Amino acid sequence: MTSAEKYVTAAYLVVLGVVLAYIVIYAFKLSRLEREVSELAELARRKREEVTG
Amino acid sequence: MLAAAAAGLLLVGIALAFYWVPNAPDEGFRQRIFYIHVPVALTAYACFFWAAWKALRLLWTRDQRYDLESYTAVHMGVIFGILTLVTGSIWARTSWGVWWTWSERQLVLFLVLFLFYSAYFMLRYSVDPGPRRASMSAVYALFGVVLIPVSFLAIRLSEELIHPVVFTRDVNSNLAGSQLLTVSVCFAGMLALAGALYVNELTGKRVDERLRELREALS
Repeated sequence: MTSAEKYVTAAYLVVLGVVLAYIVIYAFKLSRLEREVSELAELARRKREEVTG
Repeated sequence: MLAAAAAGLLLVGIALAFYWVPNAPDEGFRQRIFYIHVPVALTAYACFFWAAWKALRLLWTRDQRYDLESYTAVHMGVIFGILTLVTGSIWARTSWGVWWTWSERQLVLFLVLFLFYSAYFMLRYSVDPGPRRASMSAVYALFGVVLIPVSFLAIRLSEELIHPVVFTRDVNSNLAGSQLLTVSVCFAGMLALAGALYVNELTGKRVDERLRELREALS
C-alpha cells in the first residue's frame, strides 16, 4: 500500500468511524429514553392507584 | 427512507471514486480524498444555512419549535465541520506535506466558522431555557451564516492558491465530467445522510423535551 493510498483510506475511514460513533451514541440515548419512559409509566400507574385508592 | 438513500448513494459514490474516475494528472491517487472532503464541507455549509433559515423563521413567527430545529441543524453542521477539518487535514498532509498551515486564509476562515458554531453551544447552555434563550440562539445562528460566503470565497481570493479551486468558470481547471458526476453523487449521499441524522436527532430531542414536561407534570 502506497503512502497516498494509506491517507485516502484514512480519510474515508474517519468519516465512516464518526458515523458509526454517532450511531452508537444514539443507541445509548434511545436506551436512556426507553428507561425514562418506563419510569414515567410506573410513576403514572402509581399515581392512578393512589387516586383510585 | 433518507437513511437508505444515503447508504445507496454513498456506496455508489465511493465505488465511482475508487473504480471509475481516473487519477488526476497532478494529484494522482490522493485526489480521491476530494470525493469525501468536498461533499462533507458543502454539507456542513448546508446544515449551517438550514440552521439560519430555521432561526429566521423563529424570529419571524416566534414559533418556539424552530428553536429546536435550528439547534439540531447547528449540531449536525458542527459534526460535518469536524469531518471537514479532519479530512482536509489528511489531504493537506499528503498533498502539501503538513497537517495544517496558518498562512492559508481559507483554512483559518473555516476554522473560525467551526469555532463560531462550537461556541453556539456555550451560549445556549449559559442561558435558562425559554423564549429568551431561543431568540439569542437564533440571532447567533443568523450571524454565523454571514461567515459561510466569506469562507467559500476565500478559496477563490487566496493569493497563494494552495487550496485547489474545483468549481470555476475556467474550462482548463474545471472538473472533468466523471469527476463532477462522482462528487455530485457523493454530495447527494452526504446530504441524505445529514438529513437522516437531522430527522433522528430532532425526534430524539423532541421526545426528550416531552418526557421532561411529563415528568414535571407527574411529580
